[in-house]
Amino acid sequence: MSAARITPWGAVTGGALRANGGRLVLSVAAIALGVALGYAVQLINQAAVNELSAGLATVAGDADLEVRGPRAGFDESLFPAVAARPEVALASPVVEVDAKLAGDRGELALLGIDVFRAGPIQPGLVGEGEDGLDVLRPDAIFLSVAAADALGVKRGDRVGVLAGLEPVELRVAGLLSARTPGRLGVMDIAAVQDRFGRVGRITRIDLRLRPGTDVAAFRAALQAELPPGLVVARPEASLRAATSLSRAYRVNLNVLALVALFTGGLLVFSTQALAVVRRRTQLALLRVLGVKRRALAVTLVGEGAAIGAAGAALGLVAGYALAAAAVSIFGSDLGAGYFRGVTPRLGVEPGSAAAFFLLGVAAAVLGSLAPALEAARAQPGPALKAGDEQRALARLATPWPGLALWAAGLAASFLPPVRGLPLFGYAAIACLLVGTIVLMPRVAHAALSAAPRPRAVPGALALDQLRGAPGQASVSLAAIVAAVSLMVSMAIMVASFRQSVDDWLDRVLPADLYVRASMTTDTAFLSPADLERLAAIPGVRRSEPLRAQRILLAADRAGVALLAKPVDPADPARQLPLVGAFVVPKPGDPPPAWVTEPMVDLYGYRIGERIELPIAGRMAPFVVAGVWRDYARQQGAVMIQREVFVALTGDANANAVALWLDPGASPDAVSRAVAAAVPGGGNLEIATPGEIRDISLSVFDRTFAVTYALEAAAVLIGLVGLSSSFSALVLARRREFGVLRHLGMTRRQIGAMLAVEGFAVSAVGLAVGLAIGWLISLVLIHVVNRQSFHWGMELHVPWAGLAALGAVLLALATLTALASGRQAMGADVVRAVKEDW
Amino acid sequence: MGMRSVLSPVFCPLSSEPRRAFLAAALALLAPLARAREVAYPAVRPRELVFPRDHGSHPEYRTEWWYVTGWVRDDRGNDFGIQVTFFRNRPGVAEESASAFAPRELLFAHAALADPRHGRLRHDQRARRAGFGLAQAAQGTTDVRIDDWWLRLEGDVYRTSIAARDFSLALSFRPTQPILLQGERGYSRKGPDPAQASYYYSRPHLAVEGTLGADGRTVRVTGKAWLDHEWSSEVLSADAAGWDWVGVNLADGGALMAFRIRARSGETLWAGGTLREAGGRVRALAPGDVAFRPARHWRSPRTGVEYPVAFALRAGTLDLVLEPLIDDQELDSRASVGTVYWEGAVRALAAGREVGRGYLELSGYWRPLRI
Repeated sequence: MSAARITPWGAVTGGALRANGGRLVLSVAAIALGVALGYAVQLINQAAVNELSAGLATVAGDADLEVRGPRAGFDESLFPAVAARPEVALASPVVEVDAKLAGDRGELALLGIDVFRAGPIQPGLVGEGEDGLDVLRPDAIFLSVAAADALGVKRGDRVGVLAGLEPVELRVAGLLSARTPGRLGVMDIAAVQDRFGRVGRITRIDLRLRPGTDVAAFRAALQAELPPGLVVARPEASLRAATSLSRAYRVNLNVLALVALFTGGLLVFSTQALAVVRRRTQLALLRVLGVKRRALAVTLVGEGAAIGAAGAALGLVAGYALAAAAVSIFGSDLGAGYFRGVTPRLGVEPGSAAAFFLLGVAAAVLGSLAPALEAARAQPGPALKAGDEQRALARLATPWPGLALWAAGLAASFLPPVRGLPLFGYAAIACLLVGTIVLMPRVAHAALSAAPRPRAVPGALALDQLRGAPGQASVSLAAIVAAVSLMVSMAIMVASFRQSVDDWLDRVLPADLYVRASMTTDTAFLSPADLERLAAIPGVRRSEPLRAQRILLAADRAGVALLAKPVDPADPARQLPLVGAFVVPKPGDPPPAWVTEPMVDLYGYRIGERIELPIAGRMAPFVVAGVWRDYARQQGAVMIQREVFVALTGDANANAVALWLDPGASPDAVSRAVAAAVPGGGNLEIATPGEIRDISLSVFDRTFAVTYALEAAAVLIGLVGLSSSFSALVLARRREFGVLRHLGMTRRQIGAMLAVEGFAVSAVGLAVGLAIGWLISLVLIHVVNRQSFHWGMELHVPWAGLAALGAVLLALATLTALASGRQAMGADVVRAVKEDW
Repeated sequence: MGMRSVLSPVFCPLSSEPRRAFLAAALALLAPLARAREVAYPAVRPRELVFPRDHGSHPEYRTEWWYVTGWVRDDRGNDFGIQVTFFRNRPGVAEESASAFAPRELLFAHAALADPRHGRLRHDQRARRAGFGLAQAAQGTTDVRIDDWWLRLEGDVYRTSIAARDFSLALSFRPTQPILLQGERGYSRKGPDPAQASYYYSRPHLAVEGTLGADGRTVRVTGKAWLDHEWSSEVLSADAAGWDWVGVNLADGGALMAFRIRARSGETLWAGGTLREAGGRVRALAPGDVAFRPARHWRSPRTGVEYPVAFALRAGTLDLVLEPLIDDQELDSRASVGTVYWEGAVRALAAGREVGRGYLELSGYWRPLRI
């Protein structure tokens, strides 16, 4: 036989494939699942962001710069001043209002444009009416196709838009181009000003500059002249601001998907490691027959790559299908509520498809790298003998890489976010997890050595086996630890979050009844007269109006909510869920402002600090008097006293009002009285704290539904890896079982021995997994979540759930071990002893 | 991306044709307005025109324009045709609005440069709502502007500045003759119904001086121009399809304006004009005194529209042949007033000899006016 004829691939892989078909299929499936999840999340995110940016691009058109400010707008006299500047070729004024539709038909982004000026910059906003004058008529509205579909209206129909609480009737004069995305309505700028109380105010000016203008220099010069609270920026800044809120959420989903891929890689590792162990003598024989180390290593890694490629290809197809299904069921934000009114279209993205394909292959290659190098490095002589399997895995037990990873992980958890993303937090989790897995053989050996030696022979043998050969068990342990720690950390994080939201809801809903015109739109509000009527309803003891506006503090961040309600500066904790201490402004100090946690993270506000907020076109001084928790507004919120707000803006309307009732007054009766007390009262939303709590928690659960699903997938892959590696291990020990049978052990005893082994390995894995999971949950809560969403939360460990999880895992591992043992102890176990030579 | 895709829906109805033809725009406007009857426009009745007040804007009327056309020559002897037009329109919507953006008054502008060496017309257009001092038509004297395009009367001299896409004009127009009142002392009938009329006067023989820029060069020019100022509320009969109009500065110092309104069938619905002889005697031309006979046609390679670019014209005692400076003086203004028309510099010939220079407008050949 000539060595030249022996191809490593044919000899090594062909045989392995025949012997290990089932496990290979599992490995491929695990990679496929990881790639599918990652690609699906990417597709959905990209579709949503594409749609959002297309919408913003239509609204921005091809403006060079845009001047933006608070949601309440700014004085229109700025428009001619900017338009007349010599660098400006065309200036297009826009009034944007988030309009609430009458009859509970939802919301509409309403744009008032000057068609003559918007036309050249934003052609997508110009509709075609029944005649050319419809674009100017005050009763005409043009709807985007998405808006018309959502409302079920067509040209000629009427829609009612709330102004205050009463509807303004508009005629659908036509539709915007089918290419104009989003839920938009467009009217003449004068009509929007007139009919929605915006006379004298605009919210945006889009600028096209003369060719040759230095855009950056002009931007800086204009910015210096703008009133406080206004920014001039390139349109891309709007997109950044619009997507910044959802960015951390999207990245989190991507990371979860990568975790699934990581566990898939782990499964490839366990499969390949055991395959190498099983084929040790074959591989050694090949080396003896002249196959070079390098060729052997390349072949074994090639196996991994092939598994990865097959899995990744399957994963891409499955990922697209998954994305399509998820979008149709949950919507493009996967239920999180980030992309309201966005109707995404999935597109195949060659770039990200290629990236996820490569990630899938890389995970599999990395998984097979260590076993391949180990096999190639082995001395052929000793390897040809039986009983050398243990040595193969010995190298994996070196403690230093694991300890280094741990140190790196702990250090990374103290680092700040990178461009708003908790990248070091993710790195910390990855380091802690991988470090632990790498350290597992040592940890397992120490744990098992400390365990008392059982009396019964099967138990004693099992423990001896584990102590003597911790390397083999470490593969199973890695799978268990990875699965358990991820599951536990996510469970603790979500439980902490949910409990914190629950506690928070208790504190922010102290009243008996909540009456709301609209919190998120501009056109619906309660007038001072409405507020007086509500306060006078019999049974109402006290009423507390709330005004919500939005101000802009940075060009590339989303607007900050400016809230105003009556707050007693001496006792703010009664009306706000404060976190930590508060200060009472001294006489002569500016009025107090209570800010939310994101304001601290994003804008660096500190308690006691003097700040200035752009309100009604000028900088108004405040003292940061306290920090409160707000899970409702991720972009940050500032609460000021209602009287201060009214004095600054002259705006005494309210978005909502909280009512405290007399003892014995019926909330139902008061609700009916509220609807009847004010004109247009039928358009008010009236809810009890209980109803609001239920809605809020269901929104929370919907947001985390996808998180749960991804987590479950990762855990599933981990468990599959666990059972697969266990059965592989057991199969590899057929000779040992044969010897034990020769020595007189019964099948039953061997079964018991395997069950104890399974139990012991799982118990160690579970204990370590719980500890690491707890540690990772701290990173999730205090680093990843805080840096992503700027929300603080208290730690709540769901003990019952974790206990159940542990019990299931232990039982599963024990049963897997038993089942594999049964499978391994066929009739030829006794004969397997002869395999030794 | 031009203004076309954007603005054309706006203006189709306001549209139709500029200048005399722009009267017909009001016709198109009438249809939607008749439904809502959003505003009552003052009727045009014979009255004495008062200057300088009537040089200014008449915002209560539906439409109005200031229309300058002329021939200029640079110091190398090259001839150019120039056109500067400002339109004002009261669409009759949002009259009650409290907003400073209320589109009570709309302004449009066209500018064109005919250069035989370029071969076809250069033209550009603007459209705005009046307001904020950025676009306005002043009352009391001629002073109209859209951003940095403007035309105004400074003392006795009209001046204009136009920075168009591919050319620029900075010109002054000095009157050399008295105002020429059209029709019955400025009351100009456009049809058999006396309500179909406009206030209309002309300033022929304006001495032009200034610069024009194109292809990166600016040249000094001098020449002769004609200004029309016309405003009205009511319109033509429903079956009108378009207009042929001509205004000629005659070489002997005389001035001729002649027009006809064509029916959809092609026959002449109404015609008229004014001839002021060199000596100053003014003769009003009745419908029977004016006849336009097409002499040569030219088809636009862009729109496929065929225009009679040369005419045999009988106007009272005058028999003239009108020959264009260049054939291609088509003006595609679908992007502003929503139509395509031909507005070009022409020579007036009698017995083969040039006896005057002026401008010819051909409208309604692209599409009949919409009613």
